[in-house]
Amino acid sequence: MPRYVMVIDQSRCVGCMACVVACKRENDIALDHYRTRVVEMVKGEFPRLRTEMRSELCNHCASPPCVNICPTGASHKEEDGTVQINRHKCVGCKACITACPYDVRYINEEHGYADKCSFCQHRLKEGKEPACVATCIGRSRMFGDFDDPNSLVSKVLRENSWRVLKPEVGTKPNVYYINQFPRKS
Amino acid sequence: MAFSRRNFLKYAAMSAGGTLIADAPFFSARARAEAEGGNVRYVPTSCEMCFWKCGAIAKVEKDKDGKDVVVKLEGNPLHPQSMGRLCARGQAGIGQLYDPDRLKRPMIRTGKRGDGKYKEVSWDEALTYTADKLKEIIAKNGPESVSMMSHGSPGDYFTNLVKALGSGNIAFASFAQCKGIRDAAWELTFGHKPGSSCERVDLKNSRVIVLLGTHLGENMHNSQTQEFAEAVGNGAKIICVDPRYSTAASKASLWLPIKPGTDTALLLTWINIIISEELHDKAYVEQYTIGFEQLKEAVKQYTPEWCAKETDLPEADIVEAARDLGRYAPHVVIHPGRHAAWYGNDAQRSRAMAILNAILGAWGREGGMWLPANGKFASFNDGYPKYPDPAKPPVIKGDYPFAGGEGLTQVLRDTIITGKPYPIKALFVCGTDMLKALPAPDLTRKAIDNLDLMIAVDIMPSETAMMADVILPECTYLERHDGLFKVEARQAGVGIRQPAIEPLHETKPAWWIASELCKKMGLTEYAVKDSWEARMKRQAAAWGVKYEDVADKGYVTIPGSEKPYITADNQPEFKTTSGKIELFSADLEKHSFDPVPKYEPTEGPEQGMYRLLYGRSPVHTFSRTINDQWLWEIQPENEVWLNKKEAEALGLKDRQLVKLENQDKVTVGPVRVKVTERIRRDCVYMVHGFGHNSPRLKRAHQRGVDDQQLITRYKVDPITGGTGMRVNFVKIIKEA
Repeated sequence: MPRYVMVIDQSRCVGCMACVVACKRENDIALDHYRTRVVEMVKGEFPRLRTEMRSELCNHCASPPCVNICPTGASHKEEDGTVQINRHKCVGCKACITACPYDVRYINEEHGYADKCSFCQHRLKEGKEPACVATCIGRSRMFGDFDDPNSLVSKVLRENSWRVLKPEVGTKPNVYYINQFPRKS
Repeated sequence: MAFSRRNFLKYAAMSAGGTLIADAPFFSARARAEAEGGNVRYVPTSCEMCFWKCGAIAKVEKDKDGKDVVVKLEGNPLHPQSMGRLCARGQAGIGQLYDPDRLKRPMIRTGKRGDGKYKEVSWDEALTYTADKLKEIIAKNGPESVSMMSHGSPGDYFTNLVKALGSGNIAFASFAQCKGIRDAAWELTFGHKPGSSCERVDLKNSRVIVLLGTHLGENMHNSQTQEFAEAVGNGAKIICVDPRYSTAASKASLWLPIKPGTDTALLLTWINIIISEELHDKAYVEQYTIGFEQLKEAVKQYTPEWCAKETDLPEADIVEAARDLGRYAPHVVIHPGRHAAWYGNDAQRSRAMAILNAILGAWGREGGMWLPANGKFASFNDGYPKYPDPAKPPVIKGDYPFAGGEGLTQVLRDTIITGKPYPIKALFVCGTDMLKALPAPDLTRKAIDNLDLMIAVDIMPSETAMMADVILPECTYLERHDGLFKVEARQAGVGIRQPAIEPLHETKPAWWIASELCKKMGLTEYAVKDSWEARMKRQAAAWGVKYEDVADKGYVTIPGSEKPYITADNQPEFKTTSGKIELFSADLEKHSFDPVPKYEPTEGPEQGMYRLLYGRSPVHTFSRTINDQWLWEIQPENEVWLNKKEAEALGLKDRQLVKLENQDKVTVGPVRVKVTERIRRDCVYMVHGFGHNSPRLKRAHQRGVDDQQLITRYKVDPITGGTGMRVNFVKIIKEA
């Protein structure tokens, strides 16, 4: 069984939002909700400035607080490492939304269940990458099987220094951000 | 959609070793649909959310009533303009298709011009009305009184109609308001435009890339942005010259926040440094150029010290950039840019950019610019007879010796207003919101007032379209065929636009509208002979490609057309007067212009005013996409960027509402201010295309502000007739 991870090389993100719209179309997401976003942060004073473009989405944590808090078992961990929501079991109590340190969950108002990035589980089953990765103009987003030593993601994680978001909360995210520039492999 | 195990195994087999793939491998639309079990269709086509014409694949499913629905758009991996990926706008093409605010039926105006009162009519009534009016106007004023302004694909078909009628008064905003100035300057230098489908910049192999007025990433030209990101990822040195810290600047190793209007000073200084330090490509200059000595002499005056003062840039940075270019030449490129209509002396700036590329030996070199693809396309006009000679000489080039064949929109506009040298009384407006595209919109309104007949061919009810006497609604690119497209990337190839679904409304392809009008005007010999697809097949045959292949794959390459770099047996051809790269232009000298570019200072803002700069957003194409649900959601309005120190002095907070007043007391607003370190203190910036006045565009209506309303002045480039638009100044007025 693969262990799916996403790796993001922020140096190559041009903030074009192709990922955001691809996700919305692929997953037919209602107005005002997003499963992924690109946050642009600028630091410094004119003319010495630095920018961070940060793609954010569900981290599919190895130790996910949303799963731990879910009273019905709707939020659960699957064998492939992804965190998924069983819509039939979800009662819309929002406990997971409060528990998630990454602010990536929302309530699907039409149907009343919690929702978030699934790593495009339906596409994975077809052998396709998530929609955001497939369309990423800068090839900033990479996706694959961490356990496969030949996959791009495992090579990139082996050969470059990386970080995860909010490591201090102990969630063990499966979305990695590359520190090294230029990136190897 | 259900996937059978059999189909899944097929996919798994196709993806090597079980690794995931960007999208299901796309070899052919038919094969892909079959692999998925027949509940779905894939239609390869060409995107029209902007003009890059990316290869796209529409995924079409049946809804519960059995109607075809476009559910997803993906990039075509075979197509060089998209390389398998679509940008936000490309993904959002579905939003345009299903936009409830679209023009849905032909309409004839019943109220006063501009008050929005129309009656819906049949196509026959609309076309008969149009033809009758045109006949009246021609009888009274002659055929030259019929004209067209266009930006986009409908223009081709109406060019045919207007020329068949005997008029040459056709103008495209892409020339004088955009890249025509640059094209003319590069033709004077290299005998070629810097590209047609895309600029021929070999970004992915570049060691140093200079972006001057090109905010790649924000101007989302798909394949080029992909290559730019690759260059950044590879550690290429990016030198970004921009008064604003753009996305591209944020990727740069050197950002040069230049004083607006002084770009030519920087370029000529770089040329001087490179020549005086002998960093230029001597053998290349010797073999391929003329006028080096004159160039050398002419640029001597531009010293780094002088340049630093003029451009407000550190002298050390200016020198470092020039040396980096020299060190890595010829694997370097100064991006030619696109929108060049800035200050009214823009052809000379574009010439300086071309010359800098030339002395570095970048044209035809790896990491510089690739050579034009060697694709031979036979001319194809489907046996139309020759057009009649225009009854009177067209006005569209004005008095500008190097204005291009695309014409000057503002000269056409002036002629409509003055009636000199002859009256122009009918105007087709094809796929352009003129009021937002041309500077000085009051003049555009005045011209519209002077028309006896204005016909809009468009998809959306823009403010301009809703001024028309007749509205002929075009269907969107997902509902129609267009001709086959030449695609000129590193390789030459042929792309296609074909319908994913039947038109949703009473809308028609522009080729059909123009063809029917030809018939009504008694010009049957210029109408489509049989069916459009039959015509496309003849076009494919003339171009030597199999139509079925193009239709199934969405793109086919002309074999052997890719010859990007200069080698012993692949020598460049320069279609200039001398047959060489003209560093010194005798053609310019003959018309009393500077044969080598000179720097002319540009007037700056008065105290308390800021120069108005404008640009692009990656999620919108000018004013055309603002109403698209998926794009509007991300960016519903623009904001005015203001330097933080200036904001503090004015007592403004981030996101506060302000009004803007220009030098001619024209006011727009309210608009939110973006207080930022990312821009110089002497200018403000906004994304172009917002502030729609048409109430029929329900989402876009009056969201943000329209920069063009503040662009009441423009300065014309004397060489090309381009309209420099960055010559307007605004002050910021706090909202009470």
